[in-house]
Amino acid sequence: MKKSHLIIICIFFIFIFTTLYFSLHNKKIYNTEELVGQKISEVELTLFNNEKTFNTKNISNYRFVLLNFWASWCLPCRKEHKNLIILSKNKNLKIIGINFKDNKINAKKFLKEMGNPFFILATDIKGKKSVNFGVYGIPETILVSQDLTILKKYIGPLNLKDVNEIKKIINK
Amino acid sequence: MLSNLGIIFSTIAFLTTLFLIHFSFAELKISGDKITKKIYKLSLVQLIFSISSFSILLIGYLLSDFSMINVYENSHTTKPLFYKISGTWGNHEGSMLLWINILVIFSFLFLLLNKKKNKNFKILTLIFQNLLISVFFIFLITNSNPFAPIFPIPNEGMGLNPILQDPALAIHPPLLYIGFVGSSIYFSAALASLISKIESKSFARIIKPWVSVSWFFQTVGILAGSIWAYYELGWGGYWFWDPVENSSLMPWFLMTALLHSVLVLERRIGLYSWVIVLSILTFTMSVVGTFLVRSGILNSVHTFANDPSRGLFILTFLILMVFSSIFIFFKYAPAENKNYRIFSKEFFILINNWFMIFFLAVVLIGTLYPVFLDTLTEKKISVGPPYYNFILAPFLIPLLFLMTHGPKHKWISSEAKNFFNKILFFSVFLFLIIFFVTTESNLLVNLVLLVSIYLITQSIFDFYENFKNNNTNLSRIISHFGFGLLIFFISINHIFSVESSFNITPGEKKDIKNYVIKFENLETLSGNNYKSVVGHFEILNKKRLIKENLKPEIRVYNQPKTITYEASIKSNLFSDTYLTMSNISDTDIFNIKFQKKPFMNFIWLSVLLIAFGGILKFFSKKKEI
Repeated sequence: MKKSHLIIICIFFIFIFTTLYFSLHNKKIYNTEELVGQKISEVELTLFNNEKTFNTKNISNYRFVLLNFWASWCLPCRKEHKNLIILSKNKNLKIIGINFKDNKINAKKFLKEMGNPFFILATDIKGKKSVNFGVYGIPETILVSQDLTILKKYIGPLNLKDVNEIKKIINK
Repeated sequence: MLSNLGIIFSTIAFLTTLFLIHFSFAELKISGDKITKKIYKLSLVQLIFSISSFSILLIGYLLSDFSMINVYENSHTTKPLFYKISGTWGNHEGSMLLWINILVIFSFLFLLLNKKKNKNFKILTLIFQNLLISVFFIFLITNSNPFAPIFPIPNEGMGLNPILQDPALAIHPPLLYIGFVGSSIYFSAALASLISKIESKSFARIIKPWVSVSWFFQTVGILAGSIWAYYELGWGGYWFWDPVENSSLMPWFLMTALLHSVLVLERRIGLYSWVIVLSILTFTMSVVGTFLVRSGILNSVHTFANDPSRGLFILTFLILMVFSSIFIFFKYAPAENKNYRIFSKEFFILINNWFMIFFLAVVLIGTLYPVFLDTLTEKKISVGPPYYNFILAPFLIPLLFLMTHGPKHKWISSEAKNFFNKILFFSVFLFLIIFFVTTESNLLVNLVLLVSIYLITQSIFDFYENFKNNNTNLSRIISHFGFGLLIFFISINHIFSVESSFNITPGEKKDIKNYVIKFENLETLSGNNYKSVVGHFEILNKKRLIKENLKPEIRVYNQPKTITYEASIKSNLFSDTYLTMSNISDTDIFNIKFQKKPFMNFIWLSVLLIAFGGILKFFSKKKEI
C-alpha cells in the first residue's frame, strides 16, 4: 500500500485521539447548583407590559432581588404563588417575575386571579433567555444580592421552609 | 483475608501471562509442528488463577465481605442473592476483572481447540492476545483494583444502584462482554496471520466460529440491554440511539460485516486484506465503545463515576493498539488482485459490507460529533433519533431488497436471475392487504414495509425449499427472516404507536385517542429495601371495550437513597400498554407518560431469531451452497 495512505490514516487517528484526550478533561455534567456563589449573567429582558427592557445589571439598585420563573400553564407555579405574595410584602426584597413560554392573556388572567407579587414583570416567550440563568424547568427561583451574586437557587415551587430561609437571609 | 487472596491470585495470573509471552517468543524459534506442553500448562495455570480471582470477588459479594471497598460500595446485606451475584460485574472494577477473564478464556480455548498445524500462527495469536491481557492486568492492578481493602471494616454496604437490580441487566454485561471482548481473539489472529503469512482460506476457516460466537453474544447482549431500558428505565421503546447503546451497536455492524465477508474468503482469495481490516476494526471499535462509556465523556445511565484517569488509560491503550496494528498491517499486508463478477454471490455479500460500513459511519458520527463539537468549539448539541431515522431509514429499502435477492445468486457466476417472480408478486399482494389496514400515507414507511414483506416471504419460501432439497443454508434463512420480521414489526409499531404525556390528579380522567385513562387512587407500600407510592390506573379501550389495570410506581430505595420510576407495562401478545408516573414535587399532581406499543414482544423475538440463525452457523459443519 502507498505511503500517502499511511500518512493520511495516521493523521486521521492522531486528530481523533487528540480531541478525545481533551474531551476527557471537559466538564460534562451541567449542574445549575454550581451557579450559587457566582455572579449573575448579564441579560436584557423584555418587559411584560411594554416594549421596554430591563438589564440584570440593574439588580444592583436593590438590596435583594428574587428572580421567579413562572407561567400560567404551570400548576406548581399556582401553588407557590401565595408564598411569593407573602415575600413581596418584605421591604428588603424586590421580586422580578419572568413569564416563561406563556400566552399573555392567560398570564394576565392568572395575575388578576391570584394577585401580583412582582415588582417588575418581564417575559421570555421562547424560553431562550432563561437558559442564561440555568433554568431548565419551571418554577425556579433565584435569590440575588446587591453585588449581583447568586445566593440561592430553588428548583421547583417555593414552600414555607424556603420562604423562611429567604426571610432569614434578607433580614440579616 | 479475601482481599489478600484476590490480590495474590490476580498477581499470579498476571505473572503467568508475562511468562506465557516470554515462552511463546522462545517457542517461535523452535522448529517443528508441535507446540510444547509448557505453553499449554502455562495457559491452564493462567486460566485457573484468573477464574479463581474472579471467584474470590464473587464470594466476597455472596458473603457481603465489606473488607473490600468494591463490595462495600456496591453491595448490601439485604440485597437479594441474584443481585449480589450480578453486583460482581455491576461496577467498573468488577467488570474489568470479568473483561480479563473473557480474554483469558478465549485465549485458552483458541489454543486448545485449533488442532490444525499452523504453529507459528497459533503462537503469534497467543502472544498478541496475552499482550492485551497483560495491559488489562496492569490497568486492573494499578488503577481499578477490585480487591482494594478498607479499614476499619464497615458493618454495612452502600448498596447497588436500584436501576441495576433487574434480571435483564444482570445478564446484559456478561453477554455483551463475551461479544465484544471475544472479538479480541480475531483481532490477535488477524495480526498473527499477517506476520505468519498463513493461507487466507484457512485463516477464514479458523476465525469463522469465533466470529459467529462473538456475534451471537453481542446480538443477545444488545437485546438484553434494550429490554432493560424498556422495562426498567421507562424509556418506552426498543431503541433510543443513546450514545451508549450506539457504542454496543457499532462493533455489531463490523461483526456482521465480518460474518459475511469471512464466507467469501473461505472460497476466494481476493478479500484477505479487507477481512483483516475488519477483524482489527471490530475489537478497536469495542475498545472505543468502552472508552466512551467508562471515561464519562458521554452522559448516560452507564456512568460508573467519572474518573479521567481511567479514560486516559484506555485511550493510551487504544492509541498503542491502533498504531501498532497500522504498522503491522502496512509492513506485512500482501498485495492482492480484486476481480469480482457483478451479480455473483460474493458481490452481494460485499454489498452487505458496504451497508454495514455506511451504518457504522452514520452512527459513529452521530455519537462522536457532539463530543467533538463540545471539545473544539464548546457548543453543546445532542444528536437524536430524527438524525438516525432520516439518514438510515431510506437505506433499509435497498438493503432489504438485496438481502432477499443476493442469496439466490450462485458463487463466482454472474448469471442474472429473473427479477420478477411469483414471490415478488405475492409480496406485493400481501403488502396491499396490510396497506388497506394501516392506511399509512408515508411513502418511505410503505416501501420499507413492502421490502420487508418481500424478504419475509422469500425466506419462508427458502425454508420450504430447504426441507425439500436439504441443501440450502438454514442459518442464513433464519437470520434474514428474523431481520425481515424485525423491520416489519418496527414499521408496524411505528404506525400504530400511541404516545401521550400529561398531568393528572387522583380521581381525574383523561381521553387520549381511543383510550380513557382513569387515575383511581394512590397507595403506599413498603418493599424489602424500598418504600413506594403506587398509582392505580384503569385504561379503557373505547373501541373494543377492554379494561386494563396498570400500577406504575415511584420507589424510594434506602440503600443508596435513590428514587426510581417503575413503569407499569401490560404486555399482551400483540400490544403493550405502558404507563410511567412521576410526581411534581410538593403537589398532588402526577405527570403521566402513556404509551400503546404494538408488537413489542415480536420485536424482541425477531432479534432472538436473528441471533439464533447466527449461532446455527457455528454448529453447522456442512459447507453451504
